[in-house]
Amino acid sequence: MTLSDGTGTAAAGLPAQSPPVDPAQTAAGHPRPDDLKGRRASRGGEAGESVKRNLVLVAVLVALIAIGAVTQPQLYSNSTWVWNNILSILQLASVIGVVTVGMTFVIIGGGIDLSVGAIVALAGVWATTVATQSYGAGGMVFTAITVAVAVGLINGLLISYGKLVPFIATLAMLVAARGLAAEISDKQTQMSESSLINGIAADKLLGIPLLVYILAVVAAVGWVLLNRTTFGRRTVAVGGNVEAARLAGINVKRHTMLLYGLSGLCCGIAAIMLTSQGTSAQAAMANLYELDAIAAAIIGGTLLSGGRGTIVGSLLGVIIFATITNLFAINGLSTEAQNMVKGGIIIAAVLVQQFRFKAVSQFLSRNKT
Amino acid sequence: MIQSSRDLSRRRLLLGGAALGAGTLLTACTSNESKAPDAQIKPAEGGASAGNAAPGAKVVIGFSAPAADHGWIGAITSNAKAQAAAYSDVEFKSVEAGADAAAQRAALSTLIAQKPNVIVLLPHDGKELNAFGLEAMAAGIPVVNLDRAFPDARAYRTQIKGDNYGMGVAAATYIIAQMKAKGVSSPIIGEIPGIDSLELTQERSKGFADTLSAAGFTVQRRVPAEFTVDTGQRAASQLLQAVPRMDALWNHDDDQGIGVLAAANQAGRTEFVMVGGAGSKKAMEDIQADKSPLKATVTYSPSMASSAISLARLIGQGKGMADLVELQVPKEIVLASETITKENASTYLKLGF
Repeated sequence: MTLSDGTGTAAAGLPAQSPPVDPAQTAAGHPRPDDLKGRRASRGGEAGESVKRNLVLVAVLVALIAIGAVTQPQLYSNSTWVWNNILSILQLASVIGVVTVGMTFVIIGGGIDLSVGAIVALAGVWATTVATQSYGAGGMVFTAITVAVAVGLINGLLISYGKLVPFIATLAMLVAARGLAAEISDKQTQMSESSLINGIAADKLLGIPLLVYILAVVAAVGWVLLNRTTFGRRTVAVGGNVEAARLAGINVKRHTMLLYGLSGLCCGIAAIMLTSQGTSAQAAMANLYELDAIAAAIIGGTLLSGGRGTIVGSLLGVIIFATITNLFAINGLSTEAQNMVKGGIIIAAVLVQQFRFKAVSQFLSRNKT
Repeated sequence: MIQSSRDLSRRRLLLGGAALGAGTLLTACTSNESKAPDAQIKPAEGGASAGNAAPGAKVVIGFSAPAADHGWIGAITSNAKAQAAAYSDVEFKSVEAGADAAAQRAALSTLIAQKPNVIVLLPHDGKELNAFGLEAMAAGIPVVNLDRAFPDARAYRTQIKGDNYGMGVAAATYIIAQMKAKGVSSPIIGEIPGIDSLELTQERSKGFADTLSAAGFTVQRRVPAEFTVDTGQRAASQLLQAVPRMDALWNHDDDQGIGVLAAANQAGRTEFVMVGGAGSKKAMEDIQADKSPLKATVTYSPSMASSAISLARLIGQGKGMADLVELQVPKEIVLASETITKENASTYLKLGF
């Protein structure tokens, strides 16, 4: 979020204090030996923190499932039903999960993308016009992906080269993209006639819905991109300290633009998935997905100020939300109560994220001596 | 160095060209032209017997409805426009109401400035725009309230609206009859309402629950959606998960019903009887085809917008409804919620939106 004002005084003062270490390297978990001595908080410790945070999320997930099993024992005693329910939760999480992967990159890179829901709607609507559908399923996928990436890159251009604050630029895009989607669809629901597209949500491979595979592939690619490539290291570096990243020779502007393009790409994939789920697209679809995606990323331990976050954590965040929705539905509880619980969980999760596990162990070991 | 920069520029050229090509292709892809105009109007024709249809004094009708966010509201606006165009003696002035009641109030003041003879108004919220109704009526401009009632009877000349409670009654009546015919004594009944905080949703659900309880039935599971396809799919997938076997389902809105049917198909569930709501063309076609769980839908037809324009014209010309004895248009008209099944779907198809 501090990207556009790269001239800020806080950032300008920093290089003098810290040695000009390549931030791309330290951020990725390969600290130089001499750097380790100076700073006890090594990056290896930071990775350990995130593993512990993710374990907390897994514990929450297990607790939610246990609540389900206790409240609906007759359903949970049937193993076929339990398996189907897990698949149902994963399907519920699939579309928003793909969006969240893109969102995680943007937030780690120090930005925010409020336009994801609108991009999904625009891409979905554009891909289901009569003209696009005449090109078949391939044409629809091409259209959705191209439109979404283009809109994402426009966001990126405005933010990195137009020096707009990400919040404002993507907020404007949210409004504009929904408007364009309503204009193209003439406010009508557009049915998808393509059996290939509609089959994505209905078909299974080895008993598992295709949507779940898509989420798995997107998440795996996202994980590799973030943890095993220079692109990922640069993302962490840019989000952690823009000025240091710039001094280290990273083309910050281009990288920021690409991050929003990547978020757009995820939205394009999500648009196809959502169109398939509803066998149609409309301008009002994917409403408020931006909030769900941001909330999931935050629960997953992504720092809203950038520089830290994991794909696994974000995915766990999405799955926790889907499990809550599922839990409330199978117990027949109201949406109002569900929203209150979700709000509470976001707060609790952020409190847990701020909690430093290492600080506790350090405190204990210090007291021992 | 020179070599690499040349490579770069060639790459840029290719990329730019590809982007331009994709852009041109995609712009062409926004067309929806094969969609037929499908407004629900009553043609202003007929012989000497059709006294009211004959052109009379010129009437300027001002119209305002919220910006369309889903199929039903979209149909309201296009119906009103089409019905007005069917009369040679009606001039139609429409202002879109924007996003909320305040925006609609502002839009209406520009409408007043155009001096309409009658105003047809679908308010964002009847309570919030009550004052406008009073003001216009006091200024001598009759107001026809469309669907969302003003609390004050002096704020409108005529009101035409749908019957939300009646929708629930009709849906429950159909389900009760089906269950009795199938011999199911204690059926598992599901409900997918629209946005739960709206009064209209609560009225629909109340009508449904009241009628069911009179027959000794109850709603087992209720998972609300938000009138859109994707929320309908979401709600239905979770509802189906919660009840491994279901006998009947009422989904309040046919637009979100597309998602409900998709979810049922994706879950491989067809054991239940589904009833829709509103009466979209797609739903009626599905009922006719009889290949999905959707067996009936209860109407809340946007054709009321066309009727509102006809009423406004009669009011402007000082005429009554020809088949009634009264010389003026009645004060209130509540449409009955009709049940569309396979048997009568062909009759109603022209009213589908």
